[in-house]
Amino acid sequence: MYSVSYHRASSVADAAKLIKKAGDGKYVSGGMTLIPAMKLRLAAPTDLVDLRHVPELKGIKVSGKAVTIGAGTTHAEVAANEKLKAVCPALSHLASMIGDPHVRHMGTIGGSIANNDPAADYPAAMLALGATIVTNKREIAAEKFFTGLFETALKDGEIVTAVRFTAPARAGYEKFRNPASRYAMTGVFVAKGRDGVRVAVTGAGDDGVFRARDMEAALAKRFDAAALDGIKVSPANMMSDIHASAEYRANLVAVMARRAVARANQ
Amino acid sequence: MGIEGVGARVARKEDKRFITGAGRYVDDMVVPGMKHAVFVRSPHAHAEIRKIDVAAARAMPGVIDVLVGRQLKADGIGNLICGWMIHSKDGSPMKMGAWSPLAVDRVRYVGDAIAIVVAETKGQARDAAEAVEVTYKELKAVTDASKAMGRGAPQLHPEAPNNLIFDWDLGNAAETDAAFGKAAHVVEMDVINNRLVPNAMEPRAALGHYDKAEDHYTCWTTSQNPHVARLVMSAFYNVAPENKLRVIAPDVGGGFGSKIYIYPEEIVCLWASKKTGVPVKWVADRTESFMTDAHGRDHHTHAAMAFDKDYRILGFKVETKANLGAYMSLFSSATPTYLYATLLSGQYDIPAIHANVKAIYTNTAPVDAYRGAGRPEAAFLIERMMEVSARRFGISPAELRRRNFITSFPHQTPVIMNYDAGDFAASLDAAMKAADYAGFARRRDEAKRRGRLRGIGMSCYIEACGIAPSAAVGSLGAGVGLWESAEVRVNAVGTIEVLTGSHSHGQGHETTFAQLVSQRLSVPLDSISIVHGDTDKVQMGMGTYGSRSGAVGMSAIVKALDKVEAKARKIAAHLMEADEADIVIENGELKVAGTDKKVPWFQMALAAYTAHNLPAGMEPGLKETAFYDPSNFTFPAGCYVCEVEVDPDTGHTDIVQFVAADDFGNIINPMIVEGQVHGGVTQGIGQALLEGASYDESSGQLVTASYMDYTMPRAGDVPSYRLSTSNTPAPSNPLGIKGCGEAGAIGSPPAVINAITDAIGTEELTMPATPQKVWAALKAATRH
Amino acid sequence: MSDVSMVVNGRTVSGSVEDRTLLVHFLRENLGLTGTHVGCDTSQCGACVVHVDGKAVKSCTMLAVQASGSTVVTIEGLANGADLHPVQAAFKEHHGLQCGFCTPGMIMSATDMIRRHPEGLDEATVRAELDGNICRCTGYHNIVKAILAASEAMGKAGKGKAKRAA
Repeated sequence: MYSVSYHRASSVADAAKLIKKAGDGKYVSGGMTLIPAMKLRLAAPTDLVDLRHVPELKGIKVSGKAVTIGAGTTHAEVAANEKLKAVCPALSHLASMIGDPHVRHMGTIGGSIANNDPAADYPAAMLALGATIVTNKREIAAEKFFTGLFETALKDGEIVTAVRFTAPARAGYEKFRNPASRYAMTGVFVAKGRDGVRVAVTGAGDDGVFRARDMEAALAKRFDAAALDGIKVSPANMMSDIHASAEYRANLVAVMARRAVARANQ
Repeated sequence: MGIEGVGARVARKEDKRFITGAGRYVDDMVVPGMKHAVFVRSPHAHAEIRKIDVAAARAMPGVIDVLVGRQLKADGIGNLICGWMIHSKDGSPMKMGAWSPLAVDRVRYVGDAIAIVVAETKGQARDAAEAVEVTYKELKAVTDASKAMGRGAPQLHPEAPNNLIFDWDLGNAAETDAAFGKAAHVVEMDVINNRLVPNAMEPRAALGHYDKAEDHYTCWTTSQNPHVARLVMSAFYNVAPENKLRVIAPDVGGGFGSKIYIYPEEIVCLWASKKTGVPVKWVADRTESFMTDAHGRDHHTHAAMAFDKDYRILGFKVETKANLGAYMSLFSSATPTYLYATLLSGQYDIPAIHANVKAIYTNTAPVDAYRGAGRPEAAFLIERMMEVSARRFGISPAELRRRNFITSFPHQTPVIMNYDAGDFAASLDAAMKAADYAGFARRRDEAKRRGRLRGIGMSCYIEACGIAPSAAVGSLGAGVGLWESAEVRVNAVGTIEVLTGSHSHGQGHETTFAQLVSQRLSVPLDSISIVHGDTDKVQMGMGTYGSRSGAVGMSAIVKALDKVEAKARKIAAHLMEADEADIVIENGELKVAGTDKKVPWFQMALAAYTAHNLPAGMEPGLKETAFYDPSNFTFPAGCYVCEVEVDPDTGHTDIVQFVAADDFGNIINPMIVEGQVHGGVTQGIGQALLEGASYDESSGQLVTASYMDYTMPRAGDVPSYRLSTSNTPAPSNPLGIKGCGEAGAIGSPPAVINAITDAIGTEELTMPATPQKVWAALKAATRH
Repeated sequence: MSDVSMVVNGRTVSGSVEDRTLLVHFLRENLGLTGTHVGCDTSQCGACVVHVDGKAVKSCTMLAVQASGSTVVTIEGLANGADLHPVQAAFKEHHGLQCGFCTPGMIMSATDMIRRHPEGLDEATVRAELDGNICRCTGYHNIVKAILAASEAMGKAGKGKAKRAA
């Protein structure tokens, strides 16, 4: 790791102030992606502003179907929250499968979303749930938030403070993990809400998380795994690496989508 | 036999320190004034070094010094060598290229060391290493052995034209050709044994300390054989004479072969300590380990087997290309030759065998022995061949094997080995019974209803352990003898220290060796200490690899115990005025049989040291040394049955049952033996399903250089195992031990691949059988 | 450089470290607690697992400054004097270790796992929960066995206590 200066923020406003003063500063929350990247000298911020001790970023609020999750909430907390489990078990299930127990103790939903790793799980959920990403400056629809590989709509110094969504009637998430890294090699989140069906795919697309519109159309007619049978997933825009070719990933998208629907219908 | 003696499931003595965090590994060592080293390594697979500019790095904060290969050469430090001479079939010696611990004018693989930076902290050393400016002229690289032999391929070493290190034969070509001439059936196959990275959990490390006052060096290193390290560093690398060099291998976190070899880093740390005047510690990052630890396997083989009309094997022809990487590691030449081709008869009576092995340089990490070393390659080849043949012939895999088993011993194979004992059918029967082989069809049908493809596969392996008779391996080219040493020291109060040349890095010697002593001398386990891993404490020894510590290391202890016991009897007989022949040792006492006369063990020991009343002419003291040179290899063998379920949608394979029936001869501690099998089988499953080192062909970059891309077996990837052992004692050593450390890794890969191919109905499937590969194979099969 | 202060194994410790110092290096080099190991550089092997504020985390993926103010328990702090923690005892009894290098992380993960599953554990759960810990020696067989045994022993002990309290 290169040299870095650490600052611990006490509030969101404090964090914003600290990052402004920094040269090439970065926020760190759980640090589960950033710290490893810094260790390998692949990331070299001059300053780290730690959001882990900011109370206003923490906690899960469920009011009827309205869910708000503070950005600093860990995966373990999301996985274990009983109120959330009651209204949106698919998201709890997703959180329970991120990384490993140690990662889930540290990693946060805000950190995952702001990093937008193409193999991360949460972006698929946010997109499929039609979530709103709340920052210290504004609110951004998930659709507009994830803009490419490791790219988001966040401006310099902007902090994700929470995510908000209406719990869908049904939802399910299934992923096929990269056997080595255990990140999603393909993950599909399906949600059937008031405004229709959304299917979001992570880990597979060469431009990051995306919606599978033809699947959504088919599932809107009939929310059943069998409804996806005739749909061909094109390998054209899939990632390809030593673990999975574009063709194999395209297959996984179809398989995981069917399984996610089946899970949602359980 | 007491509860702590031979055969008892004694909990390990060494565990206490490991479960409380008190283990002492090289990285835990701190020497006053110690500084930290980082190596500058080649980012290119093949390049000329035009210039190395260390000025900027030297000026960085905390930097003590930056040293390069030219300085090392000027100080007379020698090149790394391979210690096993192989002659090609034309009689010419193997063609070994030069391997400088720090590259001087050329780099040959990604990770090749170029310079060492010594600084106050590791972070500062890393910062400075990045500031070392190396000007390269990139050269074309080749990572595939076949391509490296081809016309126009990049040439790695001037000594080895066409990158060919040796072209070696074993067996009789004419007889084998004649056998094929008589064949009713011939089965041909191409088989790849995938390249693996050993991945001991403790990364390699070295701490070099030069003591100016004494003109003496100490090296703490992650070694399986510290004495061999000292010998080689003294005799060949010219670091220091043996009496001026102490090598300590303290707790070592796994080896699996990768810590047998002497690598550039320990040599350079010792040299750098003298150069800089400070103790120098280097600890590998995992990525560095991936790049520079000796890799394993990487064989490409074409084989043909000839059968008569009754499916009895007539002959076996094998042509193997072995990729040895960019340099010849310490025992690299032995692995694809005498540890491989000599086992090509498997468990079968094969009248004629001929093997040709070509060893080839490529721009990849050096390849050497990794758990099993040559024997997994042989077992995989034979057991895939048997399975494919059985399926082609339409007879059951078990029946084809049974029909060809060797059933009488000793059995001389056409490839050097003389199997002295075994009962192959017994293991096969035991494994099939434990696996409920007969009930498989029902399980397959049940799985089918759940949308899963279930398959079953077996493997009947044999290996050679207990390496090895020194004269025999000497005649085959080994540069060392492969005996072992032991010293048994009975202290004046009766406690015992056993100094062994074996080295434990997970095998539990502190317990099993003590069990042997406890049984023989009838003293409690707690009063016995096993001392190993330090050349200043222990007499010359050869170390631990090739499943040899039981068969060879403990046999040396037996020999020393024989001497101790004989002297103890003499002393006791003298003290009790009895006949030496009437002395029995039991319950911590030396007794005169048939009388109530006895001397406690400690009192006899005290008498040996006070020397007030010893038999006339007897030397005081009670300490004996022995060297044991085995008279033959040992031949562990067994049968593994693997059952899998494949998810046809994703190609994911679950191992739903794994049965291992092994014949390890006599067993000292069943609990520890089982642990060795669990670990070995898991590494074999890793090879079959998950692991594969992969280089980018054009750039020569190691694509799988971290756990992000190299799949290590995790708890969820493997099942709980069902083990059984049969115990046909090894005739060649006093304890009848065969060895158990490598069997699991040798026997399991073919069982797994045979099971998956059974499940998906294909003949070919390369390792690792990743989900993607299995899915593609299934898809290709349904297309036909 | 920053000043850090934390409670490690019940003792308040402080030190001055470069901000880039990882918690594992602070524990090993500043405090001499070398039981916590480093087995990889991609935060996957779990040899470095310790408890920070009661939860298992990878000390190689946390800066020492991030942990300042926290309570840390390492493998050295698990036993109660000469009495082994039940998980330590189970690893020994069931031969859940060979070379010992991954063992501290395994044990710290196992105690955390058992804490999070007061209802008890089964083999599948243990195997899934060990996703962040790599062992190269044991093939996991005896690690799984040890954790299941410890979980059962601790469950019984816990119930015994609850009964006595009631």
